[in-house]
Amino acid sequence: MSSTGPVISERVSMQDGAGGRAMRSLVEEIFLPGFESDQEGVIGLSAMDDGAAIRLGDRWLVLTTDSHVVHPIFFPGGDIGRLAIAGTVNDLAVMGATRVLGLTCAAIIEEGLPKTILRRIQRSIREACAEAGTSIVTGDTKVMGRGELDGIILNTSGIGMCERVVSDAGLHPGDRIIVTGSLGDHGMAVMAVRHELELDGDLESDVMPINDLIDAALRVGGSGIVAMKDPTRGGVASALHEMATKSHVGIVIAEVCLPVRAAVRSASELLGIDPLRIANEGKALLGVRPDRAADVLDALRHHPKGRDAAIIGECFAERAGSVVLDTGFGRRLLTEADGEPLPRIC
Amino acid sequence: MVDRGACELEFRDTNRARDLRGALRSLVEQIGRDSISVMHVCGSHEQAIARFGLREGFPEPLNVIMGPGCPVCVTDAPEVDEGVALVQQGVDVATYGDMLRVPGTSVSLADSRALTGGPGQPGRVHVVYSIDQAAELARKTRNELVFFATGFETTAVTTAAAIVSGLPPNMSVLSAHKYIPPAMDIVARTPGTRIEGFLAAGHAATITGWGLFRDFARRHRVPVVIAGFEPLDILAALVKLLGLIRDRDPVVANLYPRCVTKRGNRPAQLLLWRVFKPQEGRWRGIAPIPNGNLRLRDEWAYVDARRRFRIPETQVEPDRPSACICGQIMTGLASPTDCPLYATDCAPATPIGACMVSTEGACRIWHEYGSRPAALGGAP
Repeated sequence: MSSTGPVISERVSMQDGAGGRAMRSLVEEIFLPGFESDQEGVIGLSAMDDGAAIRLGDRWLVLTTDSHVVHPIFFPGGDIGRLAIAGTVNDLAVMGATRVLGLTCAAIIEEGLPKTILRRIQRSIREACAEAGTSIVTGDTKVMGRGELDGIILNTSGIGMCERVVSDAGLHPGDRIIVTGSLGDHGMAVMAVRHELELDGDLESDVMPINDLIDAALRVGGSGIVAMKDPTRGGVASALHEMATKSHVGIVIAEVCLPVRAAVRSASELLGIDPLRIANEGKALLGVRPDRAADVLDALRHHPKGRDAAIIGECFAERAGSVVLDTGFGRRLLTEADGEPLPRIC
Repeated sequence: MVDRGACELEFRDTNRARDLRGALRSLVEQIGRDSISVMHVCGSHEQAIARFGLREGFPEPLNVIMGPGCPVCVTDAPEVDEGVALVQQGVDVATYGDMLRVPGTSVSLADSRALTGGPGQPGRVHVVYSIDQAAELARKTRNELVFFATGFETTAVTTAAAIVSGLPPNMSVLSAHKYIPPAMDIVARTPGTRIEGFLAAGHAATITGWGLFRDFARRHRVPVVIAGFEPLDILAALVKLLGLIRDRDPVVANLYPRCVTKRGNRPAQLLLWRVFKPQEGRWRGIAPIPNGNLRLRDEWAYVDARRRFRIPETQVEPDRPSACICGQIMTGLASPTDCPLYATDCAPATPIGACMVSTEGACRIWHEYGSRPAALGGAP
């Protein structure tokens, strides 16, 4: 199958922000030029990783930034405040910086937003920070006119330190792919409320900071953990594609091994939405050397946030850059989503 | 809490799948030809075949082709234009997510709000997953809301039920519903067709009953097997169909008896025909299909958007020059990968043909899951 990728249109579309190929093309085409820094000791924008890393002596300073818009602001299992903290903390953690030194938080607020909502958001920011063992150290507040944005936008940035940076490009043939828990929980929970789908079962977002969980894995796995990425927008499919492309390996995933909650599975069957292509906000994908995989899995499963962790696949030299799903009935490609998936007809 | 057991479900048993694949292979050997083509007429069947990677296990000579089984794909451009015209008039339009990006003559519903030229504010476009959800939206607004209804007879029944039980006064229906049996006739009669047997969609047959296909099988001298949507349903139905092809036995077999009866769902049929009448209409890329469109009967004129609003008719030349071969694909004469636009100019992000828009469309499904197994190449 030949593919030339998406055609770049002259106007920004919603797909350009959906976390898949379209967004990467936009960044590479518009934002990257002039910042392709190859400076010694800096992992910068051109790495297109979850964050940047700057060498300070024998350690690395890791920093990342993330803007958060979510509709609705409050959803089952969390809200925009918790999301903003988890998103940035997890981006740092999957670079290897599980100790978060501090966070910034900028809020752009729509005129007329009830202050009770701000108080609720602030409370959950505080709780999530406590969970991640960090704090907001500086911030910024702007208000825009009614109708100029949808409620509130939060931007958080974070810095952390580590001895070894783990990129999303370190996979080799033979490495195992581990996921730290159940898949598709956030995407499905938010989709259900956004589209007012009345679904049975308990759909709840998995939004949580997992720097403690990643730390537990790194303590056991050490340099045997060769790649990490958090499968947020675009889901596991997009994250694996990025890892496969950057690492020049093919990845084969076994469907029977995928941890998916019963409520998410039935919603996905009903709506025709693949749990592998929707967002997770409290999970990470780990690429682990084959001889360390069992120990890392064990460490994850002994952590309260990693009980459902599973080895889901393996890397191969063949078909570099692509991701194949073995369904148990046969194999097929697992492609990246172009834009946000929509519930289907019947 | 975490469900690891999908493969333990009754119809997802991979061991039984292996047995069925073995049966397929020996049937193909018994038939002894180097190409055997069968057609299914349902996007959900193609979804299941591609999603579960079933094609990889089909014996080489067996070619399972998707026919005109995507209701969104066969919705004609002028029908989309009607929805776009309503939005421009300031009417809210609610429709299924799949319909949003289907191209009309000039724009899709998704782009209809950006189209200038309408008087006043354009209406809103809502994505819903049922007509009931559209009715709820209508109750929350004073604006006029039109439900752009697409789908085959299965979905049409839900539209009929909602209409009969009463819509909010500010709500009406723009029916682009289609009726599949006449389209199967057209395909079976297509000159040059290589189709030797059909899989019929289990969910549609739940309503129509399998008896409906007896005439079809007799007329065209092809076997028809009613199939469900789980991987084992499809494999078992293919085994049955190849058996009938081998025996040259053009009968109807029901391999979905847990849902489908001979007579079908009588109350649903009564409801369907009480609200809709079949009418000739063009299916995009295929042909005018006699009795292929479902339109509202006169007694429901008051909820018919075509009569409530003045919708200008758009004229399209029936065969606009385009390299898109959607029509040939949907009649089984070509495969998506035969199209020069496939995965180059025409991709899910920039669809040219409707088959690349809908998640039920053959091109979109192949693009998403990797076309033929050969495309997996050297992967272990």
